[in-house]
Amino acid sequence: MADVLSLDPLVVVVILAMTVVTVVAKVGGIWLVRHVEVSDRLQAGLDVLPGAIVIAVLGPELASGGPAEWGAAALVLAVMWRTESIILALVTGVVAVVSLRTLF
Amino acid sequence: MATDTEPDAAAPTTASDATGGDGPDSDPGRVTFGWDGLRAGFLACLPVAVGVGGYGVAFGVLANQAGLSLAEAALMSMTVFAGASQIIAVELWADPLPIAAIVATTFAVNVRYALMGAALQSWFRHLSPGEIYSSLVLMADENWALSMQELASGSRRGAFLLGSGIALWLCWVASTVLGVLAGESVGDPARYGVDFILAAVFVALAVELWDGRSTLAPWLVALATSVLAATVLPGQWYIPLGGFAAAVVEVVRHDG
Repeated sequence: MADVLSLDPLVVVVILAMTVVTVVAKVGGIWLVRHVEVSDRLQAGLDVLPGAIVIAVLGPELASGGPAEWGAAALVLAVMWRTESIILALVTGVVAVVSLRTLF
Repeated sequence: MATDTEPDAAAPTTASDATGGDGPDSDPGRVTFGWDGLRAGFLACLPVAVGVGGYGVAFGVLANQAGLSLAEAALMSMTVFAGASQIIAVELWADPLPIAAIVATTFAVNVRYALMGAALQSWFRHLSPGEIYSSLVLMADENWALSMQELASGSRRGAFLLGSGIALWLCWVASTVLGVLAGESVGDPARYGVDFILAAVFVALAVELWDGRSTLAPWLVALATSVLAATVLPGQWYIPLGGFAAAVVEVVRHDG
């Protein structure tokens, strides 16, 4: 457990770079409304970005999986949809994938 | 004529504004930034923040599996403080670190905050820059949504966003630490299905980001682009590419 406090300089630089672009995004709106006309069209494009990126992560990941992963993903979807509980959905997914992997 | 009446007309108007109480400056609904709003925001967000802790634990486990130390994962949660982008960054984590892809994807996932912050302008124009920026840095989806409800209900408690952000931040950092420690004790990830947590987190995120049938077309574009790009391009550029393609298609097909 001695390495729990280790800070790789490169990792710290990446984290700081992530922080900078995130802060720019968070405070940038005030600057934006004063200087740039954000059209509804552009706003619609920006609005779909987070969801689209989540899908872009999931697509290839599930495509490279098998029936166990697909079945477990479907269960996570169903549980999350019905209960909106992330903990319940994750536990279901992990239990499901372990059980399904013993079958397939 | 104008030179005669102007000084006379101006004087009584100013006097009546200062004493009359019906001018915009003496509006009883003036936006405040105080303990009251801070406390209300904190308490309103606490149950939500505990729920967000579920993602925090998952992020901690994933960060640990990706090779981040406890200090590194905690530092990221303390400073970046933007859940989806952190989880995606950990997904991209590899040796050597794809720095450009990580930073570009983080920005793409978080650029929505610019518009979300701008939506709170009716509070912000009454607040000082220090109050505005401290609130915005602690803005996340959950406390933004709560603050928009508060704003829409006619509340003038401008510190609500900051108070709710503090509740979220505390839970996010604490749950990250918990997740790293849990991940530490798991050992071989595949045996306990831990390698599936990431996919499960993304499915859960997708459910939360689903915004009705209008979401379907951009998501199909993101899906097709990313699956295709993953087979023909090296590294993980398929992630920002999938998102970008969907945004472009949405901009083109938007009818407004």
